[in-house]
Amino acid sequence: MVSIQNLHKKFGKNQVLKGVDLSINDGGIFAVLGPNGSGKTTLIKSVLGMVIPNKGNIEVLGNNIKKNSDYRHKIDYLPQIANFPSNLKVKELIKMIKDLRKNTNEDERLIKLFKLEPFLDKKLGNLSGGTKQKVNIVLTFMFDSPLIILDEPTTGLDPISLIRLKDLIQAEKTKGKTILITSHIMSFVEEVSDEIVFLLEGKIYFKGTIQDLKTKTKQPDFEHAIASILSNNHA
Amino acid sequence: MLKILKYSFYDLMRSRWSYVYFAFYLLLGIVLLFLNNDLSKAVITLMNVIIVLVPLIGTIFGVMYYYNSKEFTELLLAQPLKRSSIFLGQYLGVALSLSMSLILGLGIPFVFYGLFKSAAIWDFSLLLITGIFLTLIFTALAFNIALSNENKIKGFGYAILLWLFLAIIYDGIFLMTLIMFEDYPLDKVSLIGTMLNPIDLSRTLILLKLDISALLGYTGAVFKQFFGTSFGLIVSFSVLVIWVLLPVWRISVKSKKKDF
Repeated sequence: MVSIQNLHKKFGKNQVLKGVDLSINDGGIFAVLGPNGSGKTTLIKSVLGMVIPNKGNIEVLGNNIKKNSDYRHKIDYLPQIANFPSNLKVKELIKMIKDLRKNTNEDERLIKLFKLEPFLDKKLGNLSGGTKQKVNIVLTFMFDSPLIILDEPTTGLDPISLIRLKDLIQAEKTKGKTILITSHIMSFVEEVSDEIVFLLEGKIYFKGTIQDLKTKTKQPDFEHAIASILSNNHA
Repeated sequence: MLKILKYSFYDLMRSRWSYVYFAFYLLLGIVLLFLNNDLSKAVITLMNVIIVLVPLIGTIFGVMYYYNSKEFTELLLAQPLKRSSIFLGQYLGVALSLSMSLILGLGIPFVFYGLFKSAAIWDFSLLLITGIFLTLIFTALAFNIALSNENKIKGFGYAILLWLFLAIIYDGIFLMTLIMFEDYPLDKVSLIGTMLNPIDLSRTLILLKLDISALLGYTGAVFKQFFGTSFGLIVSFSVLVIWVLLPVWRISVKSKKKDF
């Protein structure tokens, strides 16, 4: 699905990615983890073509992403911070994105699911953080693409919406889609993900199942396993 | 690109500033016409205002729009769209809505005054055309500055400096060189110097069209000889077109290499 070879990225003097090699197979939920500033978002943005790598090669569904932007038709992306043009109404934004990508009726079901009907005529600038995130989720899940990338999807969500989001992710997984998630909420990651990719100082430190990680670090639970990696490397 | 253009244009049409700009020109047109009662004099006064103000508004609006629509841009970047079409679409959205405010704001009072029956229609059209060129040029320059500067304050600073340089400082330096080297034949130098600055070029074009080249002083005759011919006119318009194309080209190159 996604294959990354020897990816390097520098922002000024700050070397964020130092030779990442990663291949993600079709189907399943993959969590990209790592401490703050380890390059998670940079990695994801490189796959999306928003960050231009200094070196390395990225292929999505067999297409080299440098050549053209059409591969993004096959990706649904949920950005980390829901920044939307503030003078647009929710309804207009959804209509606009549909116009730019393709038409779909899936949005109606998602709007009902997240109870967004009362907000449709409100301007995005006046919405709360959690509501914005729900709009963000609707925009991401309304297209039926084989690859879904979620950057911190749980930000600002209330418990009910969080349960709905998890159901939504599982439903997409059973359709055979590949889902890439970054999150700092370890319980969420443990609950949803099949495999984790741990980034540390711009390199892949670990890739495998959560069970493998527990065995490797000799820790009984996931949260402590992650903590032990961090303390062993930063002590 | 057309879809982005449509949304940017639509976005700006709902913004208060487009109406302020439109209202300003409407007011200016009405005041000049009905206080002056002389169409060609009104056109000259208008020229002085347009030559300075259009570049300023184009620069500020361009920079402001770029920084304000950052969120919108980031949203678009994750969609299956080409980068160059995102930025060129936004650029054209700004430039066209500004041009429209200019054309409608000045056009409406002039039409009511009886422009179509007057001989000044050609002067007036030339004024509008150079106004549109200046909008296209300075909005493109502003987008270039904004693309190269992440920092808003710096971006605004450079944009204002650019305007100040081309609108005022350039003329000063130009004049100083002419005075310093007055013993040498300067007609070619002054011609080239005028060509290199879009504001000077527009001003010269309009002045010559208005047949008041005496205002241009001792090089006026040379200018008249050059700009007055159809060859000179073609060259000047080509230079204006190059002034539009170069920054637009850089927008598309620069946007391809930028990280978001």
